[in-house]
Amino acid sequence: MLLLILKRIGLGLITLFIVSLITFVGVEVLPGDACTTYLEREAYGAALDACIKRLGLDVPAYERYFDWASNVARGDFGYSLSGEMPINEVLGPRVKNSLVLASVSILIGIPLAIVLGIITALWRDKLPDIMISTITIFSMTIPEFISATLLILIVAIWLGWLPGIVIIPSDATFYQLLSNIILPVVAISMIMTAHMARMVRSSVIQVMASDYVQMAILKGVPYWKMVFRHVLPNALLPAINVVALTIAWLLGGVVVTEVVFNYPGLGRLVIESISNRDLPVVQALAIILASIYVGINLIADLMTLMLNPRLKSLQIRK
Amino acid sequence: MNEIIESVKNLSIGFNSQKGKQISILRNVSTNIKKGETVGIVGESGSGKSTLALAMMGYIKQGLFPLKGECLFKSEDLLKMSSRELEKIRGRKIAMIPQNAGQALTPNLKIGYQIDEALKLHTDLNKTERDKKISELLNKVRLPSPETMAFRYPHELSGGQQQRVAVAMALAGKPDLLLLDEPTTGLDVTTQAHVLELLRFIAKDTGTSMIYVSHDLGAIAQVSDRIVVMYAGEIVLEGPARKILKEPIHPYTYGLLKSIPKLSLAGLPTSMPGSQPQPGSINEGCSFYDRCNLANDNCKKNSPDLEHIKELDTNVRCFNYKELINQNNNLQTSITKKSNNTEVNEVLKLKDVSISYAKQKFFDQLLNKISDQNPTVKDINIDIKKGETIALVGESGSGKSTILKSIAGLLKTKDGQIKFDNDRILSSDLKMRNPNDLRAIQLIFQNPDESLNPNHTVEQILSQPLKLYFNLSGEKLKKNIIDLLKKVRLGEFYMSRYPRQLSGGEKQRVAVARAFAAKPDIILCDEVTSALDVSVQAAVLNLLQQLKEDLGTTYVFVSHDLAVVRAISDRVAVLYQGRLCEIGPSQNVYKFPSHPYTEVLLGAVLEPDPDIKPKLVAEDIVEEKPPEKGCSFQGRCPRKIGDICNSEVPPWQIGENGNAIRCHINIEELASLQK
Repeated sequence: MLLLILKRIGLGLITLFIVSLITFVGVEVLPGDACTTYLEREAYGAALDACIKRLGLDVPAYERYFDWASNVARGDFGYSLSGEMPINEVLGPRVKNSLVLASVSILIGIPLAIVLGIITALWRDKLPDIMISTITIFSMTIPEFISATLLILIVAIWLGWLPGIVIIPSDATFYQLLSNIILPVVAISMIMTAHMARMVRSSVIQVMASDYVQMAILKGVPYWKMVFRHVLPNALLPAINVVALTIAWLLGGVVVTEVVFNYPGLGRLVIESISNRDLPVVQALAIILASIYVGINLIADLMTLMLNPRLKSLQIRK
Repeated sequence: MNEIIESVKNLSIGFNSQKGKQISILRNVSTNIKKGETVGIVGESGSGKSTLALAMMGYIKQGLFPLKGECLFKSEDLLKMSSRELEKIRGRKIAMIPQNAGQALTPNLKIGYQIDEALKLHTDLNKTERDKKISELLNKVRLPSPETMAFRYPHELSGGQQQRVAVAMALAGKPDLLLLDEPTTGLDVTTQAHVLELLRFIAKDTGTSMIYVSHDLGAIAQVSDRIVVMYAGEIVLEGPARKILKEPIHPYTYGLLKSIPKLSLAGLPTSMPGSQPQPGSINEGCSFYDRCNLANDNCKKNSPDLEHIKELDTNVRCFNYKELINQNNNLQTSITKKSNNTEVNEVLKLKDVSISYAKQKFFDQLLNKISDQNPTVKDINIDIKKGETIALVGESGSGKSTILKSIAGLLKTKDGQIKFDNDRILSSDLKMRNPNDLRAIQLIFQNPDESLNPNHTVEQILSQPLKLYFNLSGEKLKKNIIDLLKKVRLGEFYMSRYPRQLSGGEKQRVAVARAFAAKPDIILCDEVTSALDVSVQAAVLNLLQQLKEDLGTTYVFVSHDLAVVRAISDRVAVLYQGRLCEIGPSQNVYKFPSHPYTEVLLGAVLEPDPDIKPKLVAEDIVEEKPPEKGCSFQGRCPRKIGDICNSEVPPWQIGENGNAIRCHINIEELASLQK
């Protein structure tokens, strides 16, 4: 079991290594380098030489990669070009802000999705199912930049209940954040919740039709007990991986939503650093986003392994 | 004994069709279950037997609803009860033993918990008493080490053990009535016999009434006091088990019994024409009219009522049953096969064939070799003569299908050679075979639902091999397809049909036609009749035999069913754990002396005759892997003589009947032991 976990972690690290290579090579083969993009029209003569020397661009690419990679491994992403400040300082608050936004969305979205999924499955084709299913399918089909804009229009402009855009500094405190993120959270979690609710619904329906649920009914197990002991553990197990994928996919949604709401998080930083051609920051962001992706999938895999007795004993036997 | 536990009165169950018509699956069924009695409900798929059984627990499957009638359990109607009231009865008064215990046990809960759940619901025992009771129950169903068994998950048990757990769970609530829905279907022959034996013991020991639902008259015959025969949602015959099995007075039951292949009987069983009508397709007249050879005009217009015949204690639904009363002696007849096994030249030779499923290690992959010292299939030597039917028989895991796949080129062999047509070596890799060899060896699969493309019409399915191997097109192609359909007794109008529009038997006929389209020399049949109903199975067997007699094809026939093998094959090879145990002409393999494993298998076969009881001579637990050395059957052999069985591979001995047996016991000694 431990060996398996180590193996999975190893595979995750290899993935990250490949991602770092690709981003590095990608930046490398682009025409021009960090200095030419940064200095723009002044990129000639002494200024360029000085910049190249300062950023250490005169050493061969592989050496620079190992330098950069070993620094990254120690948690140091180097310096940003535009602000000339350590990337860690730029990233720190942004990561925190995005994390708050994402985790609040997840904390509300996942339980809500599970509850909605179960309700729609148990009352299949009855009124609750028809109502909830209509809403979930509807919200699944609207992309978040539209739903976010609509939310701003209705809640912020017409009703005036909440601020339309977030005007806080990137180092705002947690409490400042919370009061500002209601609309972004709603925009992000709408699609995610809808997707997961549909998934949970079909999974529960499938398990409800299984032989062992029929057996539990014929054994005289009361309805709710059957739902909690026989149905849900088996129905939610395959949902774990989908949840992981949805969370990873939520990262993309965060980027768009943050831009629409002017929220000072990672997503907006991605857009900003790309338009500023701040290549070191883009590289750093690529690594961070990839690590989140790998990390979440790893956790999901391990959870399924732990919770599924069938897989667990299979591993032990090996 | 005469106290009635449950009585079903005029029960009809149905569904609403898409056109809004009410279609009934169960029509006007009435029957009584008495205390301490075991009633067998028998019928083919779609006869409504499971629907009836579940209704007897007050359970109606989703989409169905009761149209009229009642199910009275101790004079209370189960169909009118609330789910709260039903929870009090299910598991406590009426318990269920499901068909496929592997799927009916909740996968994430331990065995012990699932039994404990039933105990908690239906008894007042406290925790320690319940724990004691759990191991008592597990012991009662004869599971090994009941103390540790409770901590296992369902998937960690073998099929037979899972079924035993389901029995233990059903017994937990001390029910008055046990409902068994095909409890042994899908189990191996020996396991099936063991589970049935257990059920018989439990019926006797606890005095519980049982309702035993099955399509298998062999299993029904072993347990039932009374038998109810269902056809197209109706009871057509009901009476004492012995009477029904020995002197069936309904033409359907009579035909059904005749279509079952029997061990004691060489030759093919007689088949019934046609298949069971779909629900909703019967408008007037007797539902068996189409397939009945006693039918007259009266049967076409009027449907017979269930008539009680006092002197026979039997209910029968037939106008002409009297014609059957005195002609039942010819139940024991069969169609003799014409053997065209006159040519002696061998068409296919398996020489020292071994097959391994082991995953190749990295270096072996590089060197393209398989280094498995203990392969799944080992040392198979079989010479197959032109025009013969050779059967490979054994339980699941015996390697019979594996060998078939290798002949077909779907699975690489590890060692040995497959020689075809004048000792030419066939490559074990499909891609390396030449087109003519591919054409010459065809395969028919077990399940036609999966082997026929659902999006192709019958015409498209049959035209593929004709186009591929013979480049036919246009009129010629069409003529060939019609010829093929005629060969498998299907009309021209089937060309435009899709597989889903065909019955199981018709689908398998199309699969047979597809195999014959290539004009093959050898057809590999992988359990081709096991997904079919008995009456349809007989028809397919007869069809295969007829085609062979006409075209001189060679069959390699894989089956777990010894009676089917007895009916169709000329020669039989018995396999255990991928090793040959015995091979010889079929009439001799079914006679003694035989290999101890053949003896075990033959003893476990269930015959539709209450007087022939299975003989259980060995445990039914199969090892996961074949033993590394010695005899493959050493672990279960009832005639094991000692260390030599564990250390040395037994030699081949040839008996005077021409069957070869691989055993350390001298063949004459075996003969005297098995007398």
